[in-house]
Amino acid sequence: MLDVQKIRADFPILHQSVNGKPLVYLDNGATSQKPRAVINSLVHYYERDNSNVHRGLHALSMRATDAYEGARARLAKFINAADSAEIIFTRGTTESINIVARSWGHAHLKPGDVVLTTEIEHHSNLIPWQQAARVSGATLKYVPVLGADAEGGLDLAALDQLLTPKVKVFAFTHISNTLGTINPIAEFCRRARAVGAITVIDAAQSIGHAPFDVQALGADFVSFSGHKMCGPTGIGVLYGRRALLDKLAPDETGGGMVSNVTYEDARWKPAPERFEAGTPNIADAIALGVACDYLDAIGRDQIAAHDAALSRYAMEQLSTLPGIRIIGPRVGAERSGLASFSFADVHAHDIVTFADEDGVALRGGHHCNQPLMRKLGLTGTTRASFYLYNTEGEIDVLVASLHRTLKFFGTT
Amino acid sequence: MSADLTELYQQVILDHNKRPRNRGKLPTANRVAHGDNPTCGDQCSVYLRLEPSTSGTPARIAEISFDGSGCAISQASASLMTTQVKGKTAPEVEALYKNFHDIVTTGNAPEEISDLAAFAGVHAFPARIKCATLGWHAAIEALKAEPHETTTESHTD
Ligand SMILES: Cc1ncc(COP(=O)(O)O)c(C=O)c1O
Repeated sequence: MLDVQKIRADFPILHQSVNGKPLVYLDNGATSQKPRAVINSLVHYYERDNSNVHRGLHALSMRATDAYEGARARLAKFINAADSAEIIFTRGTTESINIVARSWGHAHLKPGDVVLTTEIEHHSNLIPWQQAARVSGATLKYVPVLGADAEGGLDLAALDQLLTPKVKVFAFTHISNTLGTINPIAEFCRRARAVGAITVIDAAQSIGHAPFDVQALGADFVSFSGHKMCGPTGIGVLYGRRALLDKLAPDETGGGMVSNVTYEDARWKPAPERFEAGTPNIADAIALGVACDYLDAIGRDQIAAHDAALSRYAMEQLSTLPGIRIIGPRVGAERSGLASFSFADVHAHDIVTFADEDGVALRGGHHCNQPLMRKLGLTGTTRASFYLYNTEGEIDVLVASLHRTLKFFGTT
Repeated sequence: MSADLTELYQQVILDHNKRPRNRGKLPTANRVAHGDNPTCGDQCSVYLRLEPSTSGTPARIAEISFDGSGCAISQASASLMTTQVKGKTAPEVEALYKNFHDIVTTGNAPEEISDLAAFAGVHAFPARIKCATLGWHAAIEALKAEPHETTTESHTD
């Protein structure tokens, strides 16, 4: 059990009123809030250590370099990578996936190959593969999602048919940001390996919410964003298995990633520097390391249990609302800490505006999942997404707000 | 409910949202344009039958309808728009839109355009201005387009 009141005290932003009501922040799927330790790390860095890394020999540069490389080691430990060189700092999930789709895709995909992804991917794990397939002449295929409300998860029988030796890469999300579906990623990795496909896991929604072990999974590439796991915006990670990274050409070139340069040619440094051209986002990388400390001190298994309990409670309460359509796993089934729903007569944006009046921050729209929305016959949903500082009381505030909104629009 | 929110969701708006006027495809249309709001996913198609004038004056909107999905503000605004622009020429519609745009961005509504004034409350919610103007943009697009290009639905999403 988490001591939620103690945790809430760590997050300065939560202690404010919005439209005269206590803030109820339920938009964690979009971005999480930051604990004081992370904020302080940014202040400390800029007040004490700010300097460029890997090039200065002065005290500040050495401090900055140590802290930056320390953060890399911290992130490696966070996902149990075998080697810190497997941690590449990026701007976030989107950039990480783009690097793989471009660098790896360019080197390995050819006409006749299959790129396999799923129908429930965020645009950032879908469009890069559309592009990679287009450029290489490979075919893009999707593992379908089952059920009129996508309640059935991905179709594992279809996966059997789709996962042939022609598949060179299988890219999938761990947790769906729209449905709350938790994919069986260990099984996906195992099955992909069996046909010789590499795996690219979008861990944006899961990394700060549940334990994650890249070695146990045997994952090839994993992408995630700092800002959804209590860290700053503008920083994220691409994990790549060393053996793959060593053979990969860089996506961007410039300073910091080269070992020897002539007017004619350049030699790349090994990973991770090879993939970090230019001055990196030092301050945010260091603060992301602090976010790892913060989450691990609490325990990601505990956070996962808390998310699941809130999700179960939310599903029970929401399903009492007249006319609600909840998408994703059914009440009682395993789901991550989010609920995504719609009403026939009241649009998500009106709901979000009314909830905001009650101090409740929600997300309304297609959640960067337009093809899935279209498949479900929706233009968007309202989403409430939870994290370690949320409470059942906050879900009660949400449900009361939804009741008022439905009443206002005369649907109840 | 706060004053701002009651201002935003005026009775006129709720009424148009619940009972949209001129909703659906127009079989006789000779102009169609589609507007969408990629961040929200709101969509609006506007169908017009423009009637050429005989005396060299600009063509007038003889019939109009809209179709789409979105929040109450976008749907009500598109519905109200259809009732306001019927019978008007392109320059008249653009002048009316300018008034409407002023209303939703400043909150000040001149007396003579009473119904459109219902949207004055939008100005307190800057993120919703795009919703209120979506149908208008589609109508203005439809008026601009070459008839032969827009007799079929042009949007692909
Ligand atoms: C499942 C999933 N993948 C990818 C992303 C993209 O992350 P970012 O915008 O931080 O690059 C998100 C964030 O919205 C997400 O939820």
